[in-house]
Amino acid sequence: MEYLSLFVKGIFVENMIFAYFLGMCSYLAVSKTVKTAVGLGFAVIFVLGITVPINYLLENFVLKEGALTWLSPAYAAVDLSFLSFIMFIAVIASMVQLVEMIVEKFAPALYGALGIFLPLIAVNCSILGGALFMQERQYPSIGEATVFGLGSGVGWLLAIVAIAAIREKIRYSNIPAPLKGLGITFILTGLMGMAFMAFMGIEI
Amino acid sequence: MSTETATAVAPKKESLFSKKNRRLLTDPLDDSNPITVQVLGICSALAITVQVQQAVIMSLAVLFVMIGGNVIISLMRNIIPDRIRIIVQLVVIASLVIIVDEVLKAYSPDISEKLSVFVGLIITNCIIMGRLEAFALGNKPGPAMLDAVGNAMGYAWILLAVALVREVFGSGAISFPGMGQVKFLPESWFMANGGFYENNNLMILPPMALITVGIIIWIQRSRNQGLIEEN
Repeated sequence: MEYLSLFVKGIFVENMIFAYFLGMCSYLAVSKTVKTAVGLGFAVIFVLGITVPINYLLENFVLKEGALTWLSPAYAAVDLSFLSFIMFIAVIASMVQLVEMIVEKFAPALYGALGIFLPLIAVNCSILGGALFMQERQYPSIGEATVFGLGSGVGWLLAIVAIAAIREKIRYSNIPAPLKGLGITFILTGLMGMAFMAFMGIEI
Repeated sequence: MSTETATAVAPKKESLFSKKNRRLLTDPLDDSNPITVQVLGICSALAITVQVQQAVIMSLAVLFVMIGGNVIISLMRNIIPDRIRIIVQLVVIASLVIIVDEVLKAYSPDISEKLSVFVGLIITNCIIMGRLEAFALGNKPGPAMLDAVGNAMGYAWILLAVALVREVFGSGAISFPGMGQVKFLPESWFMANGGFYENNNLMILPPMALITVGIIIWIQRSRNQGLIEEN
């Protein structure tokens, strides 16, 4: 039940885009058509679902203060958390590379759909943001961290697909010229964010 | 709104500040602004603009990381193998961000708390990666530094403009460390004291950051018609 609650919270209440603005760059750049938006959205879910648990293990068995006690009790005072940024980003970059290679080898069809988006994702703030939120919120188990990662990814997919659908339609509307493209996308995202605020405080 | 700040910085060393190099400083303020035109680094620009104070700290942090990253990558540009350049860039940026984070934690823990994950997210701030890829990899350290300063300034003024609007309308006052709060309206005007004015709490919430940036883009593009998009 906690898992479901965490999942729903990640999608609606603490939506990566509407509440924290993470991954905005690719959100704005790749939301011109629904098809590419869906591709990038699934790639984000995929990578978040893999990197958040890995970074969780890293955080709890290497970086946190006292995390190294499984090696030897003498390391109880070692605190490597200042290294967390560099470790997280290294894990993300190498995982993205690895996932790209594995997908290319074993699932060429999936690679055709996600391939071009995977390299983009290494520098998508929502991935590093997921890892950093996981670190800040101190999830008690790896299961919860994974569910959080997947939920955030689904929330991101929802946001980008929604805005892409709106942008496809809005092409035929009469928008003031200076507002075309980027400007109206910002304002639309703001309005969608207001709508999403209605989910605030939901508990399951 | 942008050119004044640039001309104040420019005239120093002649060779470095030739006309071409000066454009590196002034262009990012308007014509190729990282946020409103190149659409880079939006995440942090929106999230930490609730208060002017946070926006200033964030801009300084980005300025530092940009200059450091651009100069270091520019110095190493001839020895970085092409295939692993992204990882090299990420490592350089991440090390600089760790420095910023540790300094913030040591000297102003409360601000570091407020910025929370967004200091770490400077690593994936696309402005920095974007400028490293587009400029530092192909240019000498001098121009690379100017490009860094210019882009960081272009980022900073948007950040400050958004933060100013949000804080003035959302909190009715601007708070600075050491100066207390600067209030714009007399106390007796507020609803709580029997007046008629109420702060617009919506301005503090996330959606208004997006709308404020949208309006800034609108204003900028209606003044600078060359930036208007086709669709």
